[in-house]
Amino acid sequence: MLRLERRATPSSTMSIASPLLAAAGMLVTGFLLFSALGKDPLEAFYLFFIKPLSSTYGIGELLLKTTPLLLCGLGLALGFRANVWNIGAEGQLTMGAIAGGGVALWFGDSDSSFAMPLMLLAGILGGMAWAAIPAFLRTRFNTNEILVTLMLVYIAQLMLSWLVHGPWRDPQGQNYPQSQGFGDAETMSVLINGTRVTWGIVYAVGLALIAWVFSEKTFAGFRMQVAGLAPAAAAYAGFSEKRNIWIALMLCGATAGLAGICEVAGPIGRLQQEISPGYGFAAIIVAWIGRLHPIGVVFGALLMSLLYLGGEAAQMGMGLPSAITGLFQGLLLFYLLAADLFIYFRLKRVGVVESPEPKPAIRVEGAV
Amino acid sequence: MDHSGLADLKPRLVLTGITKRYPSVVANDDISLSVRPGEIHAVLGENGAGKSTLMKIIYGVTKPDAGTIMWNDQYETIAAPSQARRMGIGMVFQHFSLFETLTVWENIALALDEHVPTAQLAARITEVSEKYGLPIDPYRLVHSMSVGERQRVEIVRCLLQEPKLLIMDEPTSVLTPQAVLILFKTLRRLASEGCSILYISHKLDEIRSLCDTATVLRGGRVSGSAIPRNETNESLARLMIGGELAECHLTPREPKEVRLEVERLSLPTPDPFGTSLKDISLTVRSGEILGIAGVSGNGQKELMAALSGERLSTGSMIKLLGQPVGALDPAKRRTVGLTFVPEERLGRGAVPPMSLAYNALLTGARKGMVLNGLIHPSVMRTFSKTVIERFKVKCGGEQSVASSLSGGNLQKYIVGRETMLQPKMMIVAQPTWGVDVGAAQLIRQALIDLRDQGVALLVISEELDELFMISDRLCVLAAGRLSPSVKPAETSIEQIGTWMSGKFGEGENDASTPAASYLEAAHA
Repeated sequence: MLRLERRATPSSTMSIASPLLAAAGMLVTGFLLFSALGKDPLEAFYLFFIKPLSSTYGIGELLLKTTPLLLCGLGLALGFRANVWNIGAEGQLTMGAIAGGGVALWFGDSDSSFAMPLMLLAGILGGMAWAAIPAFLRTRFNTNEILVTLMLVYIAQLMLSWLVHGPWRDPQGQNYPQSQGFGDAETMSVLINGTRVTWGIVYAVGLALIAWVFSEKTFAGFRMQVAGLAPAAAAYAGFSEKRNIWIALMLCGATAGLAGICEVAGPIGRLQQEISPGYGFAAIIVAWIGRLHPIGVVFGALLMSLLYLGGEAAQMGMGLPSAITGLFQGLLLFYLLAADLFIYFRLKRVGVVESPEPKPAIRVEGAV
Repeated sequence: MDHSGLADLKPRLVLTGITKRYPSVVANDDISLSVRPGEIHAVLGENGAGKSTLMKIIYGVTKPDAGTIMWNDQYETIAAPSQARRMGIGMVFQHFSLFETLTVWENIALALDEHVPTAQLAARITEVSEKYGLPIDPYRLVHSMSVGERQRVEIVRCLLQEPKLLIMDEPTSVLTPQAVLILFKTLRRLASEGCSILYISHKLDEIRSLCDTATVLRGGRVSGSAIPRNETNESLARLMIGGELAECHLTPREPKEVRLEVERLSLPTPDPFGTSLKDISLTVRSGEILGIAGVSGNGQKELMAALSGERLSTGSMIKLLGQPVGALDPAKRRTVGLTFVPEERLGRGAVPPMSLAYNALLTGARKGMVLNGLIHPSVMRTFSKTVIERFKVKCGGEQSVASSLSGGNLQKYIVGRETMLQPKMMIVAQPTWGVDVGAAQLIRQALIDLRDQGVALLVISEELDELFMISDRLCVLAAGRLSPSVKPAETSIEQIGTWMSGKFGEGENDASTPAASYLEAAHA
């Protein structure tokens, strides 16, 4: 008989092995699934995981999709470490796109060299402003940030929709719900020729390093981690809970907002109704896959980006439905959470305690 | 009904070779003991010696890895507490399992394995509780009851099932000295009726006055058995800790200037089952230890929070070195010169999954461990190493995680850390709670050393013996109010016990019995 038994100390090996096990579980299940659908699983795997990486363009696409995932994942990971459960990076990303995109539209056809820095700044501030709402509500009224950040996602998306249907709609756009295209000065330059990847990935990787230094080397990062691991210890040491919540949400608002503006000023090139296929939500999985560690998040973002690309390739190459991407994301998170159990527990074989004699039936004592 | 009433010499319960392993520790290693009908059998041992695990095995909460249990001459496998209860085994846990929003009879009805009509049950509760000298009103709500009264509910709950064996796990830690005497009377009466009692404790006086036999555990093994009446505290302690009890000495000295002044502090509690602080005034001077006695749940938690700054109060009700600090958070109070050892070690005094070095950073940031917002690892590690050395913390070095240390060693580390921050005023809650005897003496001595260096100390503790040992002055916190303070030499356990039940300023004139002899006096 096997039984789960709590480990004396959490296993650090398991903590690293868990994402790998989860990826393996995802692949095995995917294999069975493709077989059940009557598709050749090997061909599907090739299309899904290998083909997207077999060209420079493909690598570029990988990095392009990694950018928003990494940026949002970093902000979320820092917050999750501090027990701040912001799940609305998608909304902060959208608001960053609106704010930065608004600046771009204001510059119009100008070729001012201030345009791009101001757009990035506006994107960051837009995301932070959106994250400030749950921070204020949580610190002032003790509102649950999970609900508030989630609901604000839909408000941000509807606001974008209203803008591109109304005031910011391109007059020459044949009534499509989209803004005017951004000018050259308002578009991020391409990093590798022949691809669409922009400087955004450089910012994202740079921020990952900064986030690593912040969380491992600074006292502010330490305070946030204590708040996450042992809130009572943080109170005892006098680390302000409010400050912690504000920092966590502001950091994530900033990175998600930056992700938003990098999307609209990069591959999209204008504001439109749909600007993200759920990067802000997928980044929650990225943060966990990356073990809430900034460097881990880089790998998590690359993997998640590959799932997006593979999903698209499988749609086009094999006629599989678009839900395949979400399915693989879900499988990955599912297996990750399952494997994470073994960080704190292990399986133990239990022997049954035997009586040396055959046991007589229990004699029930007479009642009162 | 017990049909084996004549077989008084035949043991009722025999344990043989009981072994229970946990991942990090062998809690019980080949333990054997036997209990006869009508015997009060002490299981004596330090915290972590394996007493509670053994009792849980008998009560069917935990299954042993090896060994046999024989009950009335028959081998049994006790699979669940319900089975244990059917066999006639009752247990009163150290931490009660009562619903505070329900009445006494409702709580008891929930625990019964069969349904009994309300009126009948209430009558039975009244009858049994009065018969054993533990009167309780079955219709009272539990949240309005004191801890001692709640324990009565737990005991009566067991007695209703007419147990043949009653297990009591550290029952006196929540009682005033007077309530201890009442409990002992009840237990003796039960034993005289043939009920066996397993009495778990680490308090030697109690065991010597109450128990017929004792099995002593040390490190999960039986280290000896004894007839407690024929032993001295010293000989029992030797069995229990494998060495001599160290003494600590408090040389009288004149306290100097006031370091902490609390004036008419009243704080309503936000917790409906918490205790509001009412009109608390106290002063602590440089070079003195003020001990605050009282049973937990009488406002200790709330007082600690108010003093540490985890709960803010208004203006000048709390003054630290003359400066009003009521509105300052814990970090700011620390910069004034306050350090603080909380009751809860893991999770409050230390971050469980972090290394000892990082746990030094938790409160030691201003000792050069942080420069321009960046952590200075070498300063942090050196500080941590010094604490480990000076306070003899047994661990794998400053990189070991806090949760890997035993309770006593972690407590030594926390006390050491707060001491090394060179406080002007130090507040300590339950300094030796759950700590083994050796470590407890070291911690007490460290507190006395601090006092001798001129630090002002406030110690909140449930252990009266400890407070009598280390305090310059003593007072009692009861129902959120603080008694006047007295010198230990000028009071008695009885007086403190009366104060613990909330009666200040009355019955103070019969403080004549010497402190240590109250159990013997009652037993005679």
